Amino acid sequence: MYKNIILSSTVHFLLIIIATLSLPFLAKKPIDLPPVISVELIQITEKTNIPFAPKAKKIIEKVKKEQEKLVSEQAPPKKIKKEKPDSVPMPDEKPELIKKIEDKKQNPEKIDNEVKQVSEFEKKEMFDPNTIAALIDKSKEEMAETNIKSSKTTQSQDKNMDISGLTLSEEDALKAQIFGCWSIPLGLPYNENLLVRIKLRLKPDGSVVKTEILDHARMNKPGQGFYKVLAESALRAIQLCQPLRVPTTGYERWKDLQLNFDAKEMLEG
Amino acid sequence: MKKILLFIILFIIPLESFALITVDITRGNLNPLPVAVSPISSSEKTRILLEKELKIEDLGSEISKIVENNLKTTGLFNPLNNDAFLQKSDIAHLKPRFEDWSLIKAQALITGKVELNDQKLRVEFRLWDVLAGKEILALAFTTVPKNWRRVGHIITDKVYERLTGEKGYFDTRIIYVAEEGPKIKRIKKLAIMDQDGFNTKYLTLGNELVLTPRFNPANQMVTYLSYFKNLPRVYLLDIETGIQEVVGDFPGMTFAPRFSPDGKKIIMSFAKDGNSDIYTMDLENRIVEKITNHPAIDTSPSYSPDGKYITFNSDRSGYQQIYVMKSDGSKVRRISFGKGLYGTPVWSPRGDLIAFTKLHKGKFYIGVMRTDGKGERLLTENYYQEAPSWSPNGRVLIFYRETKSNDKGEGFSATLWSIDLTGYNERLVNTETDASDPSWSSLLSN
Repeated sequence: MYKNIILSSTVHFLLIIIATLSLPFLAKKPIDLPPVISVELIQITEKTNIPFAPKAKKIIEKVKKEQEKLVSEQAPPKKIKKEKPDSVPMPDEKPELIKKIEDKKQNPEKIDNEVKQVSEFEKKEMFDPNTIAALIDKSKEEMAETNIKSSKTTQSQDKNMDISGLTLSEEDALKAQIFGCWSIPLGLPYNENLLVRIKLRLKPDGSVVKTEILDHARMNKPGQGFYKVLAESALRAIQLCQPLRVPTTGYERWKDLQLNFDAKEMLEG
Repeated sequence: MKKILLFIILFIIPLESFALITVDITRGNLNPLPVAVSPISSSEKTRILLEKELKIEDLGSEISKIVENNLKTTGLFNPLNNDAFLQKSDIAHLKPRFEDWSLIKAQALITGKVELNDQKLRVEFRLWDVLAGKEILALAFTTVPKNWRRVGHIITDKVYERLTGEKGYFDTRIIYVAEEGPKIKRIKKLAIMDQDGFNTKYLTLGNELVLTPRFNPANQMVTYLSYFKNLPRVYLLDIETGIQEVVGDFPGMTFAPRFSPDGKKIIMSFAKDGNSDIYTMDLENRIVEKITNHPAIDTSPSYSPDGKYITFNSDRSGYQQIYVMKSDGSKVRRISFGKGLYGTPVWSPRGDLIAFTKLHKGKFYIGVMRTDGKGERLLTENYYQEAPSWSPNGRVLIFYRETKSNDKGEGFSATLWSIDLTGYNERLVNTETDASDPSWSSLLSN
């Protein structure tokens, strides 16, 4: 009887020791961490998208022009100055073009139709990437041809230039300018289509009148959030760069311009 | 007449669109985006109340500093100096004068307002596109005042996501092994801190050796290895409740337990009968399953984010290299073929890359390669560094580096470093003590 009590108490004692050693976490103090508090997210709607003050826009444009003047004073592009007097027909063309733009603004229906037509047309193109590549190739071929032709062009041939593209040097100047302005968002997925096509309407001095994202519908598609970021970066680049370095002559051929921003090459690097 | 009109629509309009000049822009710059972080404004009354409660003079400015610092560490943004700001912060929050902000070359502007209502902190912020002259994001957060640092991190996450197109990684924590004392008698404790190095907490006392803590990608659980009576034991730790649980004792050499993407399994390697293979353990029924069965040493397994594949390192080719297999252990394929030894492969949360440590000619490299082994890029080199861990968005890696304490080559110190995928933005992560084996948590708030 006495033996059994001793045996039982020693076994119990041993069990307690084993338990305290093998379960050390029981003796530990609870971890002093702040309680996790849910953060309430509230979308503010009443004050969003405050319209851009027109006065501010004017001031920004003034400042930009002043800054650009300073730059141009430091390195005056001689060629541009020389070309100006040669482009005799230009002053006559300018007022007409401005009038045309104003007319369109007064009639919003016309613009809507035009935009719809262009967008639908472009959407069809988007489904076949090969076609885009072919079109780009075509434009490049055309550009190459115009480059050869440009050495022989005279003022009488200026009308033919309206149909063809920019010369290679003109295109290079424009590209070089935009390369410097475009900050590519680095968070883009590099296994996606990273092409943003923006159609521009330009003034004769290269400043931007209107921008239109051609694949606008893609912005709201699920899983394409990055496209909005990419498109905005491209628009920022255009804003930052304007007035664009456009040729001094042949306004008719480049007043509408399409810029294809493709980040794939840079990100895959 | 109708036919003529149709003819015009069908032929002339398309001809016009074909004549449109297109210019391909395939290059840009990778310069950091200039951002102005205007100090978050508050009323005098709020300021006094918050100063009483938190002992912080100007909480709004402190939150702005967190945002500014976070953005700076990404290398993608260049927060502009506050001294250059022309507009007062409270007015800027109502309606910024964009011309003032574009004058100082800011392309994005962050403004905000902080209030204290019924002991609840309410922080409102707006993100503005300066060049387009419009607001692009506006949110408000309500929480207890003590949580103010997290508000700064969440604001950064939202701004980062809006401007880069991918999720941020700022409202996250890092768990690591805090080390103290000489190398022979090193005290190792489990520690956790915010990703910016603040709010450090120690989770173990330091009387047992702890190794390789790893976060569960699905929640705030941690698994780690601890030696109890010289036997490796795998633990589970719930960060929120502080409850610890022993998963099991594993005889022989056990390495680096890691969660599966859904958090239901643990994958690790341990040696049985002298041969190291990869095993998984179901956390619900504790059933252990052998995944590899090869006489070579297979270690450091890591799941792909979809859970379908596993990457690990093995010396089955004669040298330690990285392999990929299906999650059931079939279709084993070697993916690293470069010179040197490859180890500690970790699959990116984005699923596109595998980070690794490489040892070649006495130097250690942290690098990344695509999941098929192509496109290997070495991001950083040093004399001893290893254990890369991904940020939840798969853009930044954190790892540890061991160096000598002084220029004479005496002593020894271990520090945490982060590097982004460009390889240019390498930064020391501040820790209270020496630190090793870091693991990055998922986002605390989504």
